[in-house]
Amino acid sequence: MSESSKQVKWVEEPELGFWEATFVPAIIQGLKTTLNHVISHKAVTEEYPEVKPDLPLHYRGVHRLNRDEKDRVKCVACMLCATACPARCITIEAAPAPKDWPDRDKFPKSFVLDELRCIYCGMCEEACPVDAIELTHIYDLTGENRDDLMYDREKLLGVYDETKDNPRDPVRTKRGKLGAAADFQGLPTLGPATDVAGNDRSARTGTSGVIAGSGAPAKENRS
Amino acid sequence: MTEILVTLLTVLVVVGAIPGVCNYLILLERKMAAWMQDRVGPNRVGPWGLLQPLADGIKLLLKEEVIPGHVDRALYIMAPMISVFTTMLALAVVPFGPVEDAPWWLRFIIAPNIDIGLVFIFAITSLAVYGIILGGWASNSKYSALGALRASAQVVSYEIPLGMSVLGIALMSGTLNLEQIQSQQAAAGLLGWNIWIQPLACLIFFTSSLAEANRLPFDLAECEQELVGGWHTEYSALKWALFFLGEYTHVITISFLTSILFFGGWHFPGIATAESTYMFAWLVKLMVLMTKVFMCIILIMLLRWTIPRFRFDQLMELAWKIMIPLSLFNVVLVMICRHFELSNVWLLTGSVTMFCVWGIVSTNMRRSELQAKSPGYRMAAAAPVAATSAASGGHH
Repeated sequence: MSESSKQVKWVEEPELGFWEATFVPAIIQGLKTTLNHVISHKAVTEEYPEVKPDLPLHYRGVHRLNRDEKDRVKCVACMLCATACPARCITIEAAPAPKDWPDRDKFPKSFVLDELRCIYCGMCEEACPVDAIELTHIYDLTGENRDDLMYDREKLLGVYDETKDNPRDPVRTKRGKLGAAADFQGLPTLGPATDVAGNDRSARTGTSGVIAGSGAPAKENRS
Repeated sequence: MTEILVTLLTVLVVVGAIPGVCNYLILLERKMAAWMQDRVGPNRVGPWGLLQPLADGIKLLLKEEVIPGHVDRALYIMAPMISVFTTMLALAVVPFGPVEDAPWWLRFIIAPNIDIGLVFIFAITSLAVYGIILGGWASNSKYSALGALRASAQVVSYEIPLGMSVLGIALMSGTLNLEQIQSQQAAAGLLGWNIWIQPLACLIFFTSSLAEANRLPFDLAECEQELVGGWHTEYSALKWALFFLGEYTHVITISFLTSILFFGGWHFPGIATAESTYMFAWLVKLMVLMTKVFMCIILIMLLRWTIPRFRFDQLMELAWKIMIPLSLFNVVLVMICRHFELSNVWLLTGSVTMFCVWGIVSTNMRRSELQAKSPGYRMAAAAPVAATSAASGGHH
């Protein structure tokens, strides 16, 4: 967006007075500032390995695959995350769900997420209709080779086991039981998966079962 | 025989102490920089990072010393040596303690009773620029050459106000001998410190010696943004370290000089005066002097992170348009006061008046400069406004 002329404030170079021309008062003033910092020193540095950073709640780190209440993988292999992924880092191989899983048709036979290709945009999390994939606060991801960072289904479920009790990474779904992903009518409304400002358009869409923000649902008149 | 032994001991003390002191000053400077910028500073090696200088020293010793193929080998190797040699040599005539009260086994000056003390210091420290020029030239690289060029222009310019400001002191005390200048101030008491008599000379001296030592805000010779490293771009490991040892020794020297020439050296009313003869008076005096020097070094470090660096033309302007005329007039003022035997109060008022007059003059000069370029400046500022308003008008 280019600024209009009204937004640009043109400033004249201020005139130098006597005290500015002699340098000395300005230097003394500056010395006072720096000296104050030395005397009442309060470092803002986080000493990382000893002190862990206090990450914001919407931080997007390593993914996890959530489990449902029966400890099965929640994912229904709908491919929405793989489709939404701009980095194409998710490879899902779907298979018909086992006979004793009556609540879904498919499940992921293999689910591989390339953490090296991922750009941590969180689109998979937004796209997932059953809140199976979520991004956690794990930021110090390392591996000894590339294969180490190809996260398969078991590894992603492992991340879930590791992080589900962390208050920073609550299981964000409020959908109750895993159910039909397409059943938008019967589903309760819920908050956005990630924090969204109340006046955000996505927070105000009235579609049931998808998103409800803090603001009242309002139909936006887009002409 | 004892004379030689004492001299050797003093030399050993100085030569041994300076690199260690420099190392810890660098640590202090890094810490100070960190505190001023709300950081922590080096804290990994030893408690509070106290072993950091040691680690740095080991690193610099063990590092591969790259000598690029395109350099002039002899001069390239010689340059850091000259840099350290000259700054160390300048320390030889600086009394680093109460020379008169020294115990028999130690002397607080390497070469005592040098009557040309001040001249010697300035002659030798201005040789230090050879280290920079040769280093820059022998490196055979454009960055180094440009850095060396800047350094030489700067040092040559600031040499003049530096010498001039001290000339006033020499005229007042009638000697160039640092020990005598110091003891005269001690005899005259607190109000006899030269800072009260020639504050302007002190300001000019301090500023131009910062420029001499290539310290911020006058460190244009080594600027990473424009010159990669400056004159030491092609240097590595210990040769690089030697350059900075030289620079820090220079900082120590100018701190000693400022304390001795303007702040009464080891003299402090009450505890360390010319009359104090109690036991270990020499130790107290030594401590007083060291405290003054330390304060001066702290001030230099504070200044480093307080004042932004000058542009090169501003640097030259400060030297040639402000400091050289001011120091010239200061010398004239001292001469007048000496000739008519006026009291020191006149010198003080004269100094302050000159400073104010120069402030007013430069304010007016700046104002007329601004006014001269003002019409064009306004037009340039107005043009984009018209253009953007015309462009954005189409959208509505």
